[in-house]
Amino acid sequence: MATSAVPLEQAVHSEAHELPFIRKYIFSTDHKIIGIQFLLFSLLFLLLGGMLAGMMRWQLGFPDAPMPVGTILPETMAPDGILLPEFYNSLVTMHGTFMVFFAIMPLLVGVFGNYLIPLKIGAPDMAFPRLNMASFWIAVPAGILMLAGFFVEGGHAAAGWTAYAPLSADPEWTGVSTGQQLWLLSLAILGLSSILGATNYISTIVNLRAPGMTWFRLPLSIWALFITAILVLLAIPILSGAAIMLFFDQTIGTHFFDPTDGGQPLLWQHLFWYFGHPEVYILILPAMGVVSDIIANGSRKPVFGYHSMVYALIAIGFLGWIVWGHHMFQSGMNPTLGTAFMISTMLIAVPSAIKVFNWMGTMWRGNIRLHVPMLHSVAFVAMFVIGGLSGVFMASNTFDIYIHDTYFIVAHIHYVLFGGSLFAIFGAITFWYPKMFGRMMNSLLGKIHFWLTFVFFNLAFFPMHSIGLGGHMRRLYDPSQYQFLQPMQPINKFISISVFLLLASQIFFVINFIMSWFNGRKAPENPWEDNGLEWSTPSPPPHGNWDKSPAVYRGPYEFSSPLVEEDFLPQYRKLETDEEPVAATRET
Amino acid sequence: MAHPAVMRPPVQREIGADVYNEKLGMWVFLGSEVMFFTALIGSYIILRVGAPEAWADPNEILAVPITAVNTFLLICSSVTMVKAFASVQEDNQEALKWWLVATVIIGAAFVGVQMYEYSQLVHEGFVPSGYVPGSELAERAAHGELPASVGIYGSSFYTMTGFHGFHVSAGVICLSFVTWKAFRGKYSAADHRGVEVIGLYWHFVDLVWIILFTIVYLI
Amino acid sequence: MSWILPPSASTFAAQIDFIYYVILVITGIAFVVVEAGLIWFVIKYRARPGRKAYYTHGNITAEIVWTTIPAVTVVMIGLMSGGLWNEIKGRDSVPPDAIPFGVKAEQFEWTFTYRGLDGELGTADDFSLRNQLHIPVNQPVALSITSEDVIHAFFVPAFRVKQDIVPGLGATIWFEATETGDFEIACAELCGLGHYRMRAMVTVHSAEDYQQWVTSQTTVALAE
Repeated sequence: MATSAVPLEQAVHSEAHELPFIRKYIFSTDHKIIGIQFLLFSLLFLLLGGMLAGMMRWQLGFPDAPMPVGTILPETMAPDGILLPEFYNSLVTMHGTFMVFFAIMPLLVGVFGNYLIPLKIGAPDMAFPRLNMASFWIAVPAGILMLAGFFVEGGHAAAGWTAYAPLSADPEWTGVSTGQQLWLLSLAILGLSSILGATNYISTIVNLRAPGMTWFRLPLSIWALFITAILVLLAIPILSGAAIMLFFDQTIGTHFFDPTDGGQPLLWQHLFWYFGHPEVYILILPAMGVVSDIIANGSRKPVFGYHSMVYALIAIGFLGWIVWGHHMFQSGMNPTLGTAFMISTMLIAVPSAIKVFNWMGTMWRGNIRLHVPMLHSVAFVAMFVIGGLSGVFMASNTFDIYIHDTYFIVAHIHYVLFGGSLFAIFGAITFWYPKMFGRMMNSLLGKIHFWLTFVFFNLAFFPMHSIGLGGHMRRLYDPSQYQFLQPMQPINKFISISVFLLLASQIFFVINFIMSWFNGRKAPENPWEDNGLEWSTPSPPPHGNWDKSPAVYRGPYEFSSPLVEEDFLPQYRKLETDEEPVAATRET
Repeated sequence: MAHPAVMRPPVQREIGADVYNEKLGMWVFLGSEVMFFTALIGSYIILRVGAPEAWADPNEILAVPITAVNTFLLICSSVTMVKAFASVQEDNQEALKWWLVATVIIGAAFVGVQMYEYSQLVHEGFVPSGYVPGSELAERAAHGELPASVGIYGSSFYTMTGFHGFHVSAGVICLSFVTWKAFRGKYSAADHRGVEVIGLYWHFVDLVWIILFTIVYLI
Repeated sequence: MSWILPPSASTFAAQIDFIYYVILVITGIAFVVVEAGLIWFVIKYRARPGRKAYYTHGNITAEIVWTTIPAVTVVMIGLMSGGLWNEIKGRDSVPPDAIPFGVKAEQFEWTFTYRGLDGELGTADDFSLRNQLHIPVNQPVALSITSEDVIHAFFVPAFRVKQDIVPGLGATIWFEATETGDFEIACAELCGLGHYRMRAMVTVHSAEDYQQWVTSQTTVALAE
């Protein structure tokens, strides 16, 4: 076997200075650059997804009024600024698609998976750096195809982000053909990107941990990303397969989901949700992971019940595979299955509760520093609890009869995905920004952004529970059509205004993000006095991350340890009592 | 080549999977492939079991004998792949090259036969959407010799075998690359990762075909 | 902003609402405990100079307690829901004396077929109405719903009834109205650009009024 004598880290490092711009920042194989590329890519989609939501909320709050500056939209979308119902359905579809597939998922998995995994396990890079680069550059055309759908004839996909067949399978029902096909193609391509990424993450975490970084010394963020990568690896190909079948139904006349020729519309739902429920955990587990890291840091205490936190992650990852039917309680599938799926769904509450109580246990008797990442993380717990508890209502298949497909569901998923995942993302970006860009984000702007977001988020989404309980259907272009919804119109207006303010509040984040990049305070090596390995290298770290592979002496959360004077004891700090870790020398 | 050196020299790491990265990565990737084919094959089974009318006899529609020969071909290519790997382990460069060449040729032949089969089926009037109106098969169906509709039959047949063929084609391309490297003497008894990893993939694709052949052509 | 469910008008609506209030109380308690705890901890344990946090890695007893309590609670909620579920949606749950109706869903309207005076569906004196369902009060009715095109969902908020209608599969649902009056029927599954106006009305008559109404409609239908 090729046993060149050059130590690994030097081999990587020495090349850093020779790379031209395009290899260093565009077609880079450095996991940190790729992580930042994913960050910019997905923040762009987050912004676009938010704008789509704003348009939807205008229509819902003010159904008869022309949208301000809506006249810049073409006739096919909003003549005279009034949104067309078909365009509204495209907005519903694309808001969900952008947020789930192009914002939250790449933010959590693409950004933090890439950026944190090698740095936190003490590896110089991913196991397959070129595959990693391919993963990003496959995601880009997927994003372009997805955007292109807005500009094709017939408009963009309008069958919802769940694309239920046969509505999505035949242009006859929506008038959309090219848009829906681009949508499916884009998801299949994005799926390949995700699978390559997941292969890389799993291989890296299994094989490239630094000496001493045993499984139970891994930070919870890495555990969460590991479980997530397994879910991505196994769930995404189901979506790819289903999307390809639906694409063929649309293009070459197959009949998979066409009931007139032996096809089964429910098959789409089974495939979609067999992928879709693990996907839900793909969207929350990494958030739970980074929040665990930040809460331990902010509380200056070890994570309470580290092992049960790990087991809870594994349990959620496993249970995620046997609950997909709860999305289909009212679909007409066998009612006996409904009861089985209800029980498995209810059980998911258990590991979720364990995590919440352990986060609280971590804060209990801590010495809490309410820095911006900590604010976001505490808010994550507070909001995730609401999303989790509202989940119990719909897990009951009987009560779900009433609230299925109402705004109660909309409230639930936004409490989990926005209140949960997105708060965690804001916290995590602020926490690792100094490592990524070498500068601190502005704390005052960060706090203003946090409080405005927190307040307007709740004003926007909490009332949705209430109108959902009133029976308000989701994906409804014009609620004023129904008499029983008319009394709720003032609440709809209130929600819409709150959403506009929520969107406006994000300006503070954008300003902070951009300004800090150029003018932020220079970041020291370890600005948050944290214990992770990533803080033992300069900010930002060089290509190859370390001159010499770090050694790991202890678990990730040794805050306020009695062994040292300071209230943190990094994994890489060697005390006199510590022995060098024994590790295998593996010929690669 | 940007980082031929990345991960190549011996490194001090925690004990991981006890295999080198590429092999681990391929195993992980194959896990995802299993799920992809599970989605396609599972849908086929659900559609077939739930089909409103009788499923057409494969012998009536598909070319079972020629595909049986094709199956034999693909199994042979797995054997030649094993031979290639055994050769490189013994550092027998000549044998490695020619076993790889044999594998590439047989793999390409499999794809060729499949294309021929498709063209015959289309000619007879069996396409992904079912019968071609006015074709030979459609006539027979009109006379009640065949089921009135083979819409989902065509859909699932072409999708499953087509995606398998796509995987074989991708495999042939990668194998050609490995073969080219073998001719340049890049593999040895000490370092034969490329041969082993593409071999794993090749055997997987072969295995998928055996399952597909059984459930699509024989049952 | 209200946590009270709107008035209900069918037999099992009250039971469904009861499940809601049980879950509301249980989750309400959990909500208050967690949110209050978070706020309290953030205030009580805020950083003070010269103090160190309490160094602990956890507590097995606490873990067991907060694993067991949620597990028992959710399983109980599950058992409570499961029984009622079978009563409403089980395959054999339709009462034998339920009046049958045919319902056809298509983009973007509902067509209701009535059995006429002979008491049988599928005979000559059947008649159909667009977007209008008339039923008697205190009498189970069974709707056999089919879809012509895409998936729709039959939703009567006041009756707490909802059922997706998959084309090629259809569904039979039943309920028993307990109040007379007009109630709205909505499509609850995105079904295309006119989804938002796929609305119908159900009119619940007293038993006598209903009989009269059927008689008048059948006469009209036969006259045509």
